[in-house]
Amino acid sequence: MRLTIAHETFYKFEEPAKHSIQYLRMTPGSSACQQVLSWSVSTQGTLTPWIDGFGNSVHVSTIDNEHDEIKVVVEGVVDTFDTSGVLASRDGLPPQLFLRDTPFTEIGEATLALAEEVKESIASDTLSGLHNLTNLIADKVTYLSGATTVETSAEEAVVAGSGVCQDHAHIFLTCARWCGIPSRYVSGYLLAGQGNDSHVASHAWAESYLPGLGWVSFDPTNRQSATEEYVRLAIGFDYMGAAPVRGSRLGGGVEEMSVKVQVEQTQN
Amino acid sequence: MKNSDDNEPPKPFDEMLEPDGTVRMAYAQYGEWLHGTSKDTLLRKDEQADMMFRRLGITFTVYGDAESTERMIPFDIIPRILDPHEWDYLSRGAIQRVDAINAFLDDVYHDQAILKAGRIPPELVLNNDAFRPEMLDLDLPRRVYGHIAGVDLVRTGPRDFYVLEDNVRTPSGVSYMLENRQTMMRLFPELFATNHVAPVGRYPTELRNNLKSVAPVGVDDPTIVLLTPGRFNSAYFEHAFLATEMGVRLVEGQDLFVDDGLVYMRTTEGPKRVDVIYRRIDDDFIDPLAFQPHSMLGVPGLLSVVRRGRVTLANAIGSGVADDKAMYVYVPEMIRFYLGEEPILQNVPTYSLRNPDDYKYVIEHLEELVVKEVHGSGGYGMLVGPKSTKAEREAYAQRLKAEPEAFIAQPTLSLSTCPTWVEEGVAPRHVDLRPFVLSGRRTTVMPGGLTRVALKEGSLVVNSSQGGGTKDTWVLER
Repeated sequence: MRLTIAHETFYKFEEPAKHSIQYLRMTPGSSACQQVLSWSVSTQGTLTPWIDGFGNSVHVSTIDNEHDEIKVVVEGVVDTFDTSGVLASRDGLPPQLFLRDTPFTEIGEATLALAEEVKESIASDTLSGLHNLTNLIADKVTYLSGATTVETSAEEAVVAGSGVCQDHAHIFLTCARWCGIPSRYVSGYLLAGQGNDSHVASHAWAESYLPGLGWVSFDPTNRQSATEEYVRLAIGFDYMGAAPVRGSRLGGGVEEMSVKVQVEQTQN
Repeated sequence: MKNSDDNEPPKPFDEMLEPDGTVRMAYAQYGEWLHGTSKDTLLRKDEQADMMFRRLGITFTVYGDAESTERMIPFDIIPRILDPHEWDYLSRGAIQRVDAINAFLDDVYHDQAILKAGRIPPELVLNNDAFRPEMLDLDLPRRVYGHIAGVDLVRTGPRDFYVLEDNVRTPSGVSYMLENRQTMMRLFPELFATNHVAPVGRYPTELRNNLKSVAPVGVDDPTIVLLTPGRFNSAYFEHAFLATEMGVRLVEGQDLFVDDGLVYMRTTEGPKRVDVIYRRIDDDFIDPLAFQPHSMLGVPGLLSVVRRGRVTLANAIGSGVADDKAMYVYVPEMIRFYLGEEPILQNVPTYSLRNPDDYKYVIEHLEELVVKEVHGSGGYGMLVGPKSTKAEREAYAQRLKAEPEAFIAQPTLSLSTCPTWVEEGVAPRHVDLRPFVLSGRRTTVMPGGLTRVALKEGSLVVNSSQGGGTKDTWVLER
């Protein structure tokens, strides 16, 4: 499937900032499930590309004159292939690395209850057990845009009973890792279908490592594994490691951020 | 309170005296001098030393002490002396260890051969917070990670040296090595005329050359800076001292910035490119865009420049995975695996409480053991079995039960003693030794180091945070 993506991130500062710097994890790589045909990242700052330890393509963007807004525009075309949710390519990373907890994925009472519910099915048949976990999370934590913030942990989201895709992914990671299954966070895009809702088009899900299969994707928000409607952008231990933007600046005061994402199917 | 004589443990090894009271080779000249020097003279020298240090203003922040957050580290006027043979053995052992550790770090951030070979349990490395995947697949200049290492040693017999810890994060204490020597030379110039003491004063120059040798590819005359967390850090004095001695700029995070893929420092003449950063800030705080997001100490964007090979951090991010107390057990294995040699220096037998057998043994023998937190440092949170009360041991056993994997235990070693100037005169006190190893073009060790001394009679805890003092360390050239 050929997907055309337009992703605009806009920051407005209450007063001028003197110096800004951002890590932009906004460049997809090619793999068995996707082929990047064209891609561009642009902003008023200086862009320098680098590769992080997980193999993600990153840009560091710096602006060293006075500015009261930053606009990051991403455009590209990607061909995607349905691989039944299996990322059929090796990335050289030791899977066991992804058993590590982060502040977002520390097990608590509520996440433990979920993990215990699927523990046995994961032990007897990992793949179907993880699908059970995917559904269980969707049942227990309602998708509600704006219910949580970028700092909400998995445990907090389960207690709240609602959250967004990022929370769903964190809960999945928490439970799967607790069951001993190496699992990682994936940020990316999703063909949003009708309405083209930005919240839906900018997406996050999880991947777990199954011996024999490799990395397999699980998307609790949509109760499925990734299809050709998904574009992988970056991976990490959690949101913080794969976040599209992490930034810091001198001055600027309070910021207002808005994001517009459009994913459309185009003819090839 | 003293026990009766038959309960006394055997006398620890004394650095100066043989069991029969004769003076060891290292102290041959010094011992004679000490014997012929009056108590009054020593008292006066001690007062002079105190004044010199006060004037220098060397202080050390002591955590967990509400009354005085800054205090002087006591300096002892009697040196710890090593003869050329002892030093040859020690220095070869320290270099071997650091070489193996650097090879290990290069391996775990690339092919992970030692994990694949089953010589170290992979989870101990991969799921260790000090292992930083941010460093995976990155080639560092000369493949060196721990450019500056401090190897903590203790001695129990003539040829029995044990390594307690390998410090390859941001080891401190080298300023004491230098200041202690300067003070000694001013106090006792005549002793340096008769004893052939290897100089340590060139350390700042050697450190500078070492940092220069690991500059990014293509940079011949690198700009070096020392990055400090600031004046509230316990080792700030050392940071300022080393920067001055090396002739490099002492900077804080806010003095540096990343632009156009490079690191710059703000100067009155405008931005100046920085090539090598001797950083004394922990990994967690070094780049808020990659690690702790709310850190104000580091430099936003620094990791991107490191990964592009345009700046060298010393020590490298992620070095800490090698000096973890859980990894310590495997350093002899690293030496065999990477160097194909047998370890020169010994490890202290260590019980990992994550192993059920070890756990059982430790719980049953708490009274004889020293128990430490795997991730702790500075002598905090440890239990010294023989010095503990029953209540303390019981409380500690609860902590072990709750989180066994967070602890290791070791037998209490009978640390060597060294004559030390205390209130009642010259008396033996327990000492350790931290030599400093530099890795770059070559691996070298300064002939000397930091000798720490437990000033309380019978105490085995030499940490300055726990009331320890320091001594000048002499390595005799002949």
